[in-house]
Amino acid sequence: MTDSPLLAVDNLRIDIGGGKERHAAVEDVSFSIARGETFGLVGESGCGKSITALSIMGLLRHPLSLGSGSSIVLDGQPIHNASAAEMRSLRGRRIGMIFQEPMTALNPLSPVGRQIAEMFVLHMGMGWKEATERAVDSLRQVRVPSPERRVHDYPHQLSGGMRQRVMIAIALACSPDMLIADEPTTALDVTVQAEIVDLMRDLCAEKGTAILMISHDLGLVAQVCRRVAVMYAGRIVEQRASAEVFKDPRHPYTRGLLASLPRLGARSQHGRQRLNEISGVVPAVSAFPRGCRFNPRCGARTDICTIEDPQTTPLDGGQGLVRCHHA
Amino acid sequence: MLTVLVRRLLNVVPTLVAVIALVFLLFSVLPGSFISGMNEDGRGLVDPAVMERMRKEMGLDDPLHERFAKYIAKTFVGDFGVSFRTREPVTKLIGDRLWPSLKLVLASMLFAIVIGVPLGFIAALKPGSVTDTTSMVVAISGLSLPKFWLGLMLMYLFALQLKILPSFGYGDGGLTHLTLPAIALGVSPMALLARTTRAAVLEVLNADFVRTARSKGMSEPRVVTWHVMRNALVLVITTIGLQFGSLMGQAVVVEKLFAWPGVGSLLVDSVFQRDIPAVQGCILLIVLFFLAINTLIDLAYVTIDPRIRYA
Repeated sequence: MTDSPLLAVDNLRIDIGGGKERHAAVEDVSFSIARGETFGLVGESGCGKSITALSIMGLLRHPLSLGSGSSIVLDGQPIHNASAAEMRSLRGRRIGMIFQEPMTALNPLSPVGRQIAEMFVLHMGMGWKEATERAVDSLRQVRVPSPERRVHDYPHQLSGGMRQRVMIAIALACSPDMLIADEPTTALDVTVQAEIVDLMRDLCAEKGTAILMISHDLGLVAQVCRRVAVMYAGRIVEQRASAEVFKDPRHPYTRGLLASLPRLGARSQHGRQRLNEISGVVPAVSAFPRGCRFNPRCGARTDICTIEDPQTTPLDGGQGLVRCHHA
Repeated sequence: MLTVLVRRLLNVVPTLVAVIALVFLLFSVLPGSFISGMNEDGRGLVDPAVMERMRKEMGLDDPLHERFAKYIAKTFVGDFGVSFRTREPVTKLIGDRLWPSLKLVLASMLFAIVIGVPLGFIAALKPGSVTDTTSMVVAISGLSLPKFWLGLMLMYLFALQLKILPSFGYGDGGLTHLTLPAIALGVSPMALLARTTRAAVLEVLNADFVRTARSKGMSEPRVVTWHVMRNALVLVITTIGLQFGSLMGQAVVVEKLFAWPGVGSLLVDSVFQRDIPAVQGCILLIVLFFLAINTLIDLAYVTIDPRIRYA
């Protein structure tokens, strides 16, 4: 089983709505993650990365649904058609998840210790007393100071960074095979961001947990993840090793994302300049353009881009791919 | 907890003074009095000299501010004055009526909570289902039915047709006599509670922390009992408090209809006879009840929601 990937997503389609009003919000998305690997999913808001994560967790809710033909395989076991009970036993125990907003992702009326302890009660059959003791250990692991005291605190008594540490403690409580982190640092201060990212990376490396990190921040993802997939309008447009993406981005959208990253010291070298931006917005799911979905915003557009949908081209000797007529 | 209680109680005092002043002023600008009402039938049976003496005795000729000052001073030592009508102390008059009133209000509220909250809960867990639609139709009907009409229908059905419950009166004060008025009074808070509970549960079900709970691999019943109920309760309690507090006032109609010997029917009788001390006593009691319930609700918030701390 060492060769087969931990997670294989193949031909994923996520539909929004039903009947005549049905549109594919995510289409033709395939990627795989090996054991202990770090993989990033990058794109603007609304490109489909969060719902991709939710589909892996089996948490798509009306009006979203998994399209037919989609396949999600965890450790050799197909989970796209798993029953609700099967999915429940996977969630939390084999796949942990961290959400963007640590402010609202924790129950305000429940002590954080109890919210961690729930994991041990649910998946390890512990009693509350034992589970709470384990929760103290979990808090210590995520480097929360004086965990014996903090375990009784309510979420509102903790800072944003501390709350996100609690979320990490919950997600990693049962040492899952994979951690899905959906914009885990977006709501945090920059200084706290680095701490949280380091913590996540260290703990996962320790436990051998693979990371699927979702972010709009290509810089952050490249820093954490070995491989990265760039999504645009429900599709993967470029998927490669992070180092390659930075060295030689092939898709115009990837280039645009890279160019729009603020760079420290850029001003002293090149004088004062505006931050680059990609003009326009991600099209609505119901109004994807004909041909390449990026063409209305693309600087390198030619006639073929507005007519024909580009297929994927392998890159880096089959290790990567790009979806562009001109790559 | 204690500081919350003390602060709340200190807030009650100015509210009480304001209410007393309002009631007092209203009755002093209304035309007619208990004395002038004595000869209202126009037959002139009462000797004018007697009327003059009684007016003096009751202090009705004194200047307004003097009467007000006297009234306030007496009220705060617990003396609500003497009823014009029965010549008994108002405190005794109300005291006799207080327990039946409380019994009615408590029974109605119990009915409202026991039926309304679970109804709203079930409706919210399956939105759009037959259960949901039916219970919400029931709730809206319950809210829009006038209490006296509902009371009459209950009497007609259970007393006249089915002959299983007495149509009115206090009897021995037991459950058989209590049931119909309690339902008549409880239907509208029940309906309102069902609607607010449904809205509250639906709101909480969409919260981020519920998504977190699901991502932990929790079953839906566990998600509801561990994370949804308590959060929804905070919202439901607000409605319970508001309804509960105003129920004593709403009971007036139902008590009169069912000839229930409570504060409400005392109030109606006293108003018709312009028995000002009794009226003021009743209103004061209704207001006190409202404030007391509000204080209890505030205490409930503090116990349920750790974010609420009145420093």
